[in-house]
Amino acid sequence: MSEAKLPADQKDPAADPLHSDRDHPVENKAAKGMTRRGFLKGAGVTAAGTALLEGAQVFSREALAATRGEVSGVKEYGPGPVQVSLQVNGKEQNVLIEPRSTLADALRLDLGLTGTKVVCDRGACSACTVLLDNVPINSCMTLAMDAVGHRVTTIEGLAKDGEMHPVQAAFVKHDALQCGFCTPGMVMTCSALLEKNPKPTEEDVRTAIAGNLCRCGTYPKIFAATLEVAGVSSPEVTPKA
Amino acid sequence: MATTKVPISTDVVSDVVAEAIPAGMEMVMMPVGIPGYTLRQEQRTIPATEPPVLPINADLKFIGRSPERWDGHAKVSGQARYTADVQLPGMLYAKFANSNVPHAKVVAVDTSAAEKVPGVKGVFVIENLLGSAKLLNPALDVSKYPIIRYAGQPIAAVAATSPQIAEDAARRIKIQYEARPFVVAMEQARQADAPMVFPGPANEEGTAGGGGGAADVPQTGNIHGPSVNTHGDVEQGFKEADVVVESHYTTQVQVHNALESHGVVADWKPGLLTVWASTQGTASVREGLAGFFRLPKSQVRVITEFMGGGFGAKFGPGNPGVVAAALSKQTGLPVRLMLDRKEEQLSVGNRPSSDQTLKIGARKDGTLTAVQLVSYGTAGCGTGAGCAGPATNMYQYDSLRTEENDVFTNAGPGTAFRAPGHPQGAFALEQTIDELAERLKMDPLDLRDKIDRNSARRVERQVIRESAIWKTRNAKPNVDSGHIKRGVGVAQGVWYRNISMDSAAEVRVHQDGSVEVLSAVQDIGGGIKTVMAQILSEQFGVPPQQVSVKIGDTNYPVGPNSGGSVTTASLTPAVRDAAWQAAQKFLAGVAPALGATPEDLVLVDGEVRSRSGKMAPITFRRAAAKMNTSEVSAQARRIPDYDRKAYETYGGVDVAEIEVDVEVGLIRVKRILAAHDCGRPMNPQQTKSQINGGVIQGMSYALYEDRLLDPNYGLMVNPNLDRYQIAGSREIPQIEVHLVQSYIGQSSTDASGIGEPGGIIATPAAIANAFYNATGVRMRSLPMTPAAVLTALAHSQQKKETA
Repeated sequence: MSEAKLPADQKDPAADPLHSDRDHPVENKAAKGMTRRGFLKGAGVTAAGTALLEGAQVFSREALAATRGEVSGVKEYGPGPVQVSLQVNGKEQNVLIEPRSTLADALRLDLGLTGTKVVCDRGACSACTVLLDNVPINSCMTLAMDAVGHRVTTIEGLAKDGEMHPVQAAFVKHDALQCGFCTPGMVMTCSALLEKNPKPTEEDVRTAIAGNLCRCGTYPKIFAATLEVAGVSSPEVTPKA
Repeated sequence: MATTKVPISTDVVSDVVAEAIPAGMEMVMMPVGIPGYTLRQEQRTIPATEPPVLPINADLKFIGRSPERWDGHAKVSGQARYTADVQLPGMLYAKFANSNVPHAKVVAVDTSAAEKVPGVKGVFVIENLLGSAKLLNPALDVSKYPIIRYAGQPIAAVAATSPQIAEDAARRIKIQYEARPFVVAMEQARQADAPMVFPGPANEEGTAGGGGGAADVPQTGNIHGPSVNTHGDVEQGFKEADVVVESHYTTQVQVHNALESHGVVADWKPGLLTVWASTQGTASVREGLAGFFRLPKSQVRVITEFMGGGFGAKFGPGNPGVVAAALSKQTGLPVRLMLDRKEEQLSVGNRPSSDQTLKIGARKDGTLTAVQLVSYGTAGCGTGAGCAGPATNMYQYDSLRTEENDVFTNAGPGTAFRAPGHPQGAFALEQTIDELAERLKMDPLDLRDKIDRNSARRVERQVIRESAIWKTRNAKPNVDSGHIKRGVGVAQGVWYRNISMDSAAEVRVHQDGSVEVLSAVQDIGGGIKTVMAQILSEQFGVPPQQVSVKIGDTNYPVGPNSGGSVTTASLTPAVRDAAWQAAQKFLAGVAPALGATPEDLVLVDGEVRSRSGKMAPITFRRAAAKMNTSEVSAQARRIPDYDRKAYETYGGVDVAEIEVDVEVGLIRVKRILAAHDCGRPMNPQQTKSQINGGVIQGMSYALYEDRLLDPNYGLMVNPNLDRYQIAGSREIPQIEVHLVQSYIGQSSTDASGIGEPGGIIATPAAIANAFYNATGVRMRSLPMTPAAVLTALAHSQQKKETA
């Protein structure tokens, strides 16, 4: 976290949501109140819901501040768009996003990187898997602002110099795809597995993609493709232990 | 190509003399049967314009081989652009406001607050709902807005400059309901005093994928039916039976859950409505939109370059299609409307449940004297829960009576789902056949040999009989003494040779030697693009990856709607015919420059050759440079099957090896061997991919999937992928697929489809039979969850103790 880059236009450390625990000047409380109301209004909850949520938020903020021995000091964003810089596939890109934007939405809608798919939008299917500093994450469950300062790799960034990543090539060879909608997420997860564990067992592959759902039933060929890249011989997918 | 047409002179084949060959037709010999078993040559009378007869796969270079998926690279690299990925300048994002009650009359819809949200550009209130059954007499339930008959029914929609704004605004639409009593459980809906889902007779239209129930049937309360089918006299049949088995089975509602949700991007411009749609039928979407908005079809263009799965649920524009188009018309801007996962589970279809009482009588030799099925099933506020297909079409019998009933409930309408009715029907039928085999002291495969005349399935049973899995099967059930009990079971599936005559393709040959094929057909994941490329490769000798395949656009010649496993069977002959005709035009075009006559030239293995040997062979590419025009093209459409004397059924036989932990009720599927036929397999690797998919979806249906509705509130309690369980990587068994080539001599490619016959029908029943083999207890209800397994085991134990 300490290496994280700040949004290009906001040099104040407090401006970075990832660094809210740093020392920084106390914000103007009135402005903060406005911001919070604005945020809640933007979220479109009903009047009753607003009161409830606002109470909850105040409570949690105060509780948080108390545990830290601070009075306040969290800079808030929104509901209006904020300019941030995301490092995607090796390139720094400035995007103007609503603070509530997920990383998946920022990639797909703002950067046009539509290879990342959104299926369940709540972290149950992993179709939206991207790498954050080489770790596979669900981009639908990650705020874009939380990716600031981290290296984001999407399916579009996996090929090097026009050459498919070995996992991509093996997926094609083994026909480890049908409709193709889970495929980018599967490829990201399997490539991340091999980075971490170059000689996985089939059980390792099953575990790695346990969160990735496929409805066409490509699993057996995904196991075979990934194991082939690892040079692990598995002519037939073996039954689980 | 190695084989050419073999004309049969009438003076040689005596029995042909009687039937004169009609003008424009000719007699050919075609491979028919199963290589290694029954392969032979049969004669067919076919149009003289048809291309030469294709030999069996072993004698071909591209067809019947497994070149890599044509668009595989696009799909693994994230370049494939699906409907949800389409972004147009100024595009708006639309979001539905849905009912949160299961049954109500909508009194008022107030959109004023939504309209005031900054960024909202359009609001639309639905007055004509699609998908649900409709009252035959609308006067029985007069309402300005459609009656709410299920929770999640779309009511209105907003279009805004961002998805978030659209979602915010949709929540501000105020809907005033007049609540009505509701019923979501089928058993309750069947009661005489149950709340009525419809106040009178109602019908649901089927789609290009099937679904929709019988229309001309009685309706009493919520019961729409029976739809009756009889053959012979079942009463007499049961009298003649030596053994009668009667049992009751139930199956749950399954939700399609294709990973890409339903949705469109609609761009209404004067004179042209362009719609990108996640659909199984570009033709069906165009037809639906043209009909709904009274536009000429020529002014509606539908594009589906890639789509993320459908499994039967994606035909026609549906509510998302018409609402997005209406909002685009209203705002003058393109509108994207993709359903979220919850909407996907509630409002766009499901596999209906079933409640079946199946009674079969047999003689001592195994022959069936009578088959009787009474079924009920709910497709929510739709129809189409019939499941008599397998009982009617798989085996030989003396007599049959089936009664299928739909039961209306306050739930989302069912629709076609991969082999509609067949997994349910096979679950009951195949367990009953196994019970009969046990009563008759026959081997389950031997009994099926006795009553199933289909020659491909006979071979498939032989494959199973000789398999390692089957050889480990204990004929006696429940022999393992520990808490893990192993079992092996077999079951069969049946499907039908459906053909869509709306299948056409154009093939173009260019002067630079490039070739392309165009059709409006869509690739729903089966891989039709690859197969189309292979057909051109076979004709022109160009590698498949160098063939341009342009599909999924109604600007191209009409393509079949991909439902009923029709795509490959319907389209490939049109592609081959177009390729053949384009090749003939090409030869005519280059003949003068080559100093030859067109009749003397043939295009074989990527070379233009002279039949007479007057000219040295020249590569297709070099010859193309000598074309007298920059392009030649030919368009062909599907012609009827060559010689269809009988309605062809086909299918497969699956064997499952499972382990049941009788202490915790957990079933683990260890191995599945699936032996299937689909005419000529055009690309065996892709075919096997689809069968893997059917097997896995079938296993998932058998063990995990269940749409749960809360009877107190009428809401789905698991409308997402975290609670609606689907088989994942840890559950996948070892799957072996055995493809049986079964030539039937019906078209220029002789291909059939595999989407439905492969796995989804037979696998659940095979697992059920394996469960019996493991435990000696029948699972008569799906899904076979640990709780259901423990209940069944305990119930059986109780019965034993009482006895």
